[in-house]
Formats: sequence, structure tokens, C-alpha cells
Amino acid sequence: MTDMQYDRAPGDASALPDVEQGTSSGLLVYTIGLALAVVLTAMSFWVANTSLLWIGGVSLGLTVLAIAQMGIHLVFFLHVTTGPDNTNNVMALAFGVLIVVLVVVGSLLIMADLNDNMMLPAELMNLHMQR
Amino acid sequence: MNLLGKLDWSAIPLDQPIIMGATGGMVLVIAVVLGWITLKGYVPYLWHEWITSVDHKRIGIMYIILALIMLLRGFADALMMRGQQAVAAGGAQGYLPPEHFDQIFSAHGTIMIFFMAMPFVIGMMNFAVPLQLGVRDMAFPTLNSVALGLTASGILLTNVSLGVGEFAKTGWVAYPPLSELQYSPGVGVDYYLWALQISGVGTLMTGINFVATILKTRAPGMSLMRMPVFCWTSLAANLLIVAAFPVLTATFAMLLLDRYLGFHFFTTDAGGNPMMYINLFWVWGHPEVYILVLPAFGIFSEVVSTFSGKPLFGYRSMVAATMAICVLSFFVWLHHFFTMGASANVNGFFGVMTMIIAVPTGVKVFNWLFTMYGGRIRFTVPILWSIGFMVTFVIGGMTGVLMAVPPADFQLHNSLFLIAHFHNVIIGGTVFGLMAGYNYWFPKAFGFKLDERWGRVSFWCWLIGFYVAFMPLYALGLMGMTRRMQHYDVASWQPWLVVAAVGVAIILVGIVAQVIQLVVSIRNREQLKVTADPWNGRTLEWATASPPPAWNFAALPQVADLDALWNRKQRERTQQTQAPKDRKFDPIEMPKNSATGFITAFFAVVTGFAMIWHIWWMAGLGAIGIFLTMLAFAFRDEEEVEIPAEQIARFEQAHQAEITA
Amino acid sequence: MNIAVAVDEGRHEARPSASEAGPATKRIVVGYGFWVFLLSDIVMFSAFFAAYAVLAHATAGGPSGVQLFSQPSVAIETGCLLASSYTCGLMSLAIGSRRFGVTYLAALVTFLLGAAFLALEVREFMGMIAVGAGPQRSAFLSAFFTLVGCHGLHVAAGLVWLAVMMAQVAIKGINATVERRLLCFSLFWHALDIVWVWLFTVVYLMGVLS
Repeated sequence: MTDMQYDRAPGDASALPDVEQGTSSGLLVYTIGLALAVVLTAMSFWVANTSLLWIGGVSLGLTVLAIAQMGIHLVFFLHVTTGPDNTNNVMALAFGVLIVVLVVVGSLLIMADLNDNMMLPAELMNLHMQR
Repeated sequence: MNLLGKLDWSAIPLDQPIIMGATGGMVLVIAVVLGWITLKGYVPYLWHEWITSVDHKRIGIMYIILALIMLLRGFADALMMRGQQAVAAGGAQGYLPPEHFDQIFSAHGTIMIFFMAMPFVIGMMNFAVPLQLGVRDMAFPTLNSVALGLTASGILLTNVSLGVGEFAKTGWVAYPPLSELQYSPGVGVDYYLWALQISGVGTLMTGINFVATILKTRAPGMSLMRMPVFCWTSLAANLLIVAAFPVLTATFAMLLLDRYLGFHFFTTDAGGNPMMYINLFWVWGHPEVYILVLPAFGIFSEVVSTFSGKPLFGYRSMVAATMAICVLSFFVWLHHFFTMGASANVNGFFGVMTMIIAVPTGVKVFNWLFTMYGGRIRFTVPILWSIGFMVTFVIGGMTGVLMAVPPADFQLHNSLFLIAHFHNVIIGGTVFGLMAGYNYWFPKAFGFKLDERWGRVSFWCWLIGFYVAFMPLYALGLMGMTRRMQHYDVASWQPWLVVAAVGVAIILVGIVAQVIQLVVSIRNREQLKVTADPWNGRTLEWATASPPPAWNFAALPQVADLDALWNRKQRERTQQTQAPKDRKFDPIEMPKNSATGFITAFFAVVTGFAMIWHIWWMAGLGAIGIFLTMLAFAFRDEEEVEIPAEQIARFEQAHQAEITA
Repeated sequence: MNIAVAVDEGRHEARPSASEAGPATKRIVVGYGFWVFLLSDIVMFSAFFAAYAVLAHATAGGPSGVQLFSQPSVAIETGCLLASSYTCGLMSLAIGSRRFGVTYLAALVTFLLGAAFLALEVREFMGMIAVGAGPQRSAFLSAFFTLVGCHGLHVAAGLVWLAVMMAQVAIKGINATVERRLLCFSLFWHALDIVWVWLFTVVYLMGVLS
């Protein structure tokens, strides 16, 4: 009964009847994931240490590499797919990512804005101190 | 090296008659209740049927009992504050010294939010959601019991602070740097932090449990768009719990590290940034208000549609509005600190977002009004609370939109206008909703209705008392009175505060009326007895007996549409179909009772208390105890008990006989 | 003919959409519940990340990341955790096909790699505290120790969990309950690796950019 439903636990390989997976293909999936993750990690370390790249773009590049590696982990290790059996898992993941982005980006923007706004210009600061 | 850390006899404030009186009273009441239970021989019954129970209905009822007791405690604080401010004008100092007054307002806020409203809301969801979904229990029954235990542990620690040591004097938000060790060297803030950390873990467990329950275990045929609205609002509230409470846990962990290990997150020196605490606190804090009010919206939806005899107007728009609020509530948190130095652009953005979030709420109000329009309304106690809510909550919402305008907020921030606003929405929204739900589901839980007359008395006292108590605060806020004042010099404020105190006294009458209602109803329970469906309900909880058996449904109901029970009743009426006389019943597997929750809670209290008083060996023992409890749970062999088919058949036959009689 | 029709209909009926099929199996419910817990855990990490990002430059005259972080050590830690994620995956496969020997071996390797990661991290922490760069030194260091230490605590908890689970496999065999718990463990372990990706990117690599 259960494997007829279009639903499955997160982390389980697909339960769709037309996607049969044996141990050997499972091993292949993990190995591809490992290889890609190693390549991306190596790239991250290289990007951070090289002088060949424009320094202003390095942070952005590192972020992109981290997002890519997160995707690799999700797809090859956690078996997240876009299939109909995975909708609930992906929706929960999307909600979590939204919250994480909001908390981090929101806090950074707000705190940077507070710092900018509350830092008085030098002459005003001087007046403030003399008072 | 002191074996008891910071704890010694000076921790007990023997020189404070008010505190000692309250503590003595509390200890006396607890001792009398415990003694009575022991003498009557109820201990085994309580242990087997309630404390170790993993039945969602019983856990829900225990949550609500905790919440009602804490309502009395928090309300006592409110009485003292209103009394103090009514007399402490001009040179007068009133009867509460500042350090005591500070503890009272901190305790009032903490208790009312975390230990009254939260357990009440969670209790309602626990009781009603699995019944409405047409299933037999939560996704994780034992986790549910552990969550209850941890909430109770937080409550216990907060109340211990009354007699042993002190509570926080920082307000319920505990902003640093005031809450840092340097400015609050006592144990008050530690009580606050550990109580909330422990109960927060419990709340997170509840959130996970409900999300899994609602999304993964529904009766056959119940697609998402056939769920009752209360289930939808519970889903939204629990998604918010799952997404928001970890932020609070992390924030409190940082403050604890500052206080215990000398870290510098929120200190004023070594690069620490107190603003970061305020930012993170409200990342949790704003979703929290929707965690409290969304389930109340769900209760009103059920009540309004049941007692109007009509399907809910705009079910789809109600669902859309609920989920819109669920997401939007994460975009508004800065409006709690408009005045703390953000630039006009940032304030403007969050101001506009705050006004936008009022729109889906407005959609809901119109939906309720259109549901009632043209309906045959039965004016029972639950619908009285709902109508009172609609009027009161709209006023509260409008004052909220006023404060969403940043320039106006610069005038109103931290004034009594703010206090009036959030009491207006929390009492008018959450508390009225919970009272409606309490009157609505009580017959389902216990098999007899609550007394109507005393229910009405209580409602009118609450409603009138609310307006008399809080409308003056709006005026005082505009006159410039700030919150948390132990005494004040402006004589012209005093008449308003006296009126507010009268209002609180009227609410007190309402609460007394509720207690009388309960007593009278228990006494007259034979006359008030009901069968499965006393209100002519629409959703599945009314399809089973009152009180429901442990297994809720002998067979899981098949759902074909929204308002499943109502439509089934219509079909049965038109087709004249009768339930077959001799139904076959299958045995049912139910989760086994477990003491895990109680034992975990015990060790959590030990650990929390030890950490508060720096008794490190005891904290270590408590933590080991929790670990061993989990281990024992992990290694247990029997997870479920089977309820034999004969027992189910016997119950169902008795139930049918009761209905036809 | 009739039989074929019946079979066809049976298949048609047995595949309702999951949302109307009634309560899901215990494996799906448990897996999903743990998935939701992981999301909440990652939200907690996001608060520590936010605190770190805001306080990263608040060194209060103390040492900064450039002076403290050792990239080779971080690279080895990353390698350990990534490899342990892989062996954890192999363990899941072995459990699925009930090969006990491979299960124990993969679990042992996962445990050792995780322990090596922890040892390296503890060594790094001790080294920093020894040169006066402990968490009490500045807000930056407070945030650093808390963020990285929180991940380390999760890894330690994961190791304890793995040990307990192997004891359960030894005592109870691989029954449905044990299998569900091992599924949750592998989710947990992979999620920790994802958190570590962000940690080494944001803390160690971005922290040493000039």
C-alpha cells in the first residue's frame, strides 16, 4: 500500500514505481556526490587563496560555490528531488531556507543600517563630546 | 567551594511580608491539594491515567489546567500593578517598593505570554486537532508528553523564584545591557532564561509534532483543502513555532554565555552589541504574536460557522489569509524598535509591511461577518465571545496600524498606548478566542456543557472590564505616561489609573464567575449531560462520543468534502440510511503510556534549578538523568498496546444506546 | 479478460494522491518530523550565523581571523566531515540490504572520521585560548566560538547517537524502529555537513580575505 502512494520520507530514495534503485546505483549516486563535493570544496579553497581573481568578487564566488555544494548534498546525499512524492519535503525545505535567509540578511541589513545611522559625522561627534 | 553554589538562607526573602504571604499561600494550597489527593487515594489513578498518559486529549486538558492556574497567578500580578499605580501619585510611593514592582511586571508579562497563553493555545490544539483530522493520536505521542513536562518545568521554576531568590527585574523582554551580569547580578534573569529555555524546547517539540501530524496523518480522503480552518491555523501557528523558537533559543543561549562564561555578545564593552539582542529577540517575538492569535482565529471560524448554521464564508480566502499571515509575520519585526536608530528608509519599509499584514486579518474579519450574515445565529456563550472579539480586536488592530506609522511610533513607543494596544489584541484576540474554545469544546472533553448563565456573566464582566481597564491607558499614553512606572508625579494621570483599576476589578468578577461556572457545571453535570454532538457541529470531533474514547474513532472516518460531519448528517437525513446494527470492529493499536515525560521534566527542573544557583554537580547529575531517561526510552521493547475489539464494540454499543435514548 | 480489468482498476484505486490516502506510514511520519526538526535546528544556526556576521569585525583590538585561522587544518576537518558523510551514505545502503558487517564497518569509519574532526577542532580551540584569543577576548571571538562550537556540539551528539544506534543494531538487530532511527541519524549527519559547508565558507574562507 505505502509504496503506491506518492509520498516518501526525506532521505529515502524514490518510491515511485518507475524509478527502481538497487544498491549499486545507490553507491554510484553517493560516489558522484562525493566527487562533486570534493571538486567544489577544492574550488572554494582555491578561490579564497588565489590572487588571480578580482578581490571584490571573491565573496560572491564563495557564496555561489557554497550554494552549489549545498545543492549537491541535498540531491546526492539527501535524495531531494522535484518529484511529486517529495512535495512536502521540498516545501518544508523552502520555508526553512526562506526563514534562514530572512534572519541572516535581515539582521545584517538592519544592524549595518543602525551602525551607519547612529555613527555621527566627525564634526557632530566633536560637538557631542564638548557638550 | 560551596556545595550549594550561590544558594543559602538569604535567598528566601523573609523580610518581605507580601512575598512571604504569597509564597506561604501557594505552598499551603499545593500542600492541601496534594494531601487531599493522597488521602483520597487518587495517586495511582492520576499516575496511570493522567501523568503518564500519552493521549492527546488528556495532555491537552492538562495544558489547559496549567494555563488556567497561571492565568490566576498572572492576573494577581496585574491586580497588584493596577492597585499600585492607582495610589502611587504625587509623592506617594504606594505599597510596592520599586525592586518588587519591577519583578511583578516582568513576571506578569513572562507568565501571561509563555505560561498562560502558550499552554492554553497548545492545549486547545492538542485536544481538538487530532479529533478534527479524524485520527487517533498525534504523530509522536510520547514526545507530546515530554513537551508538556518541559512546559510544566518552566512554569515550576518561574514560580519557585517567588520564594527562593527573585525574578527578573528587566521586563519580560530582558533587554541587555540591563540583563547582563554587570547590571543584574542576581538570579532573577537566570530564572527567566532557564525557565524559558526549558519550556521553549518543549514548545519546539510541540511545533514539530503538530506539523508532522497535520501534514502526514489525516483521515482518509481529507486533502488539505478539506481540513477544518482550525487545523489550518494550527498548522500555520506550528510552522511559526518551528521557525521562530530556535531563534529565541539561540538568543537566550548567547545571553546565558554572556552571563555565565563572560562572553561579549551583548555587553557594552569588547565589541558587544546590545542591539543585536533586540533584533534577534523580535525575529522570534513578532511571529510569536501570530502563534498566539492564529489558533484563536481558527476557533472563531469554527464557532461562528457552527452557531450560524452555515458553512464558513470564503473558506479558501481564509486559508490563503492564514498562510499569508504565516509568511508575512516574518517581515515586520523591526516595528518593535522603530525608535532605536534605523534610518527612515528601513523604518518606512517595515512600517509598510506592518500595514500590509493587517490586510489578510481584515479579510478574516469580513469572512466571519459574512458567515453570520443571513445565518440563524444561536447566541450561546462561545458566539458571545466571538462577537466580543470581533469588535474588540478591530479596535486593537486599528491602534496597531496607527503605531505602524514610524513618526507616530516615536511618540507612542513604550507609552501606555502601546500597553493598551497589545492587551487589546492579546486579550481581545487570543484570550477571548481561548474562552470561546473552552466553552465550545468543554462538552466534548467531559460530556457535559458548561453553565450558560454564569458563562454569560463571566463574558460580560470580561468585556466591560476590559474596556474600562484599557481605554484609559490609551488616553494616558497620549498624555505621555510611559510603561513600568512604580510611581509618578503627574497628578492628572491618577483619575484615569483609578478607572483602570476599577476595570481590572470588573475583570476579577468575570474570572470569579468563571470559577463559579465550573463549580456549578460540575455540580449539575447530570442535567447538563450531552451526547456526541451537542452544538449540531460540522467537523469530525463531534462525530465521536463525548468524552471520546482513548482511540477517538472505532474506524477512521472517510472524508469526502469540507465540513465532513455536517455533510454526512445531511446525507443520512435525505437517504434515511442507518448505521448497520452489528458492525464488526477491529482491534486497535494505541501508543503505550510512558513515564518518560514526567521523569524528563523532573530532571529538567533539577538541571535548571542547579544552573540558576551555580550548583554544578547537581546540574551534571540532572543532565545525566535526562540522557539516561532518553536511553531507557530508546531501548524499550513494547511501544504499543492493543485494545481488543470486544472493548471497542462494548463502548460503541453503549454510545449508540445513549444517543437513541 | 475480466481479471485484467480488475487488476487495472485495482492499481488505479491503490494510487490515490498522497494527501487523501489517510495517515502516512510510520517511516514517512518519523522521517518528516525529523526533517522539520532539522529545519528548526538550521534556523537556530542561522541566528548564530547572523550574530557572527554582525560581530565579525568587532575584534576590540584583539586578534582577527586572519591571524588565527589555519587553512590546512580547516581543509583536513572539511575532508574528514565530507568523507564521513559519504561513509554514512554507504551505511544507509548497507542497512537497506541488511549487510551487518558493512553496516558496522561503515559506522566505525564514520565515527572515527567524526571523532578526528572533533579532535582537530578542539585542538584549534585550545590553541586559540592558549594565545589569549579565548571567547572572552572580544565579541568576534565570542561569536566565533559559539557558532563553531555549536556545530562541534552537534557532531559530538551525533557520535554518541551513532554509538547508541550500533548498540541497538547489535542487541535488537535491524527492525523497523532501528531502521527509522538510522534514517534520522543519516539525515542529521548530512545536515551537519551542509552546515559545515557554510561554516568554512563564511567563517574560515571569507574571514581571511584581505
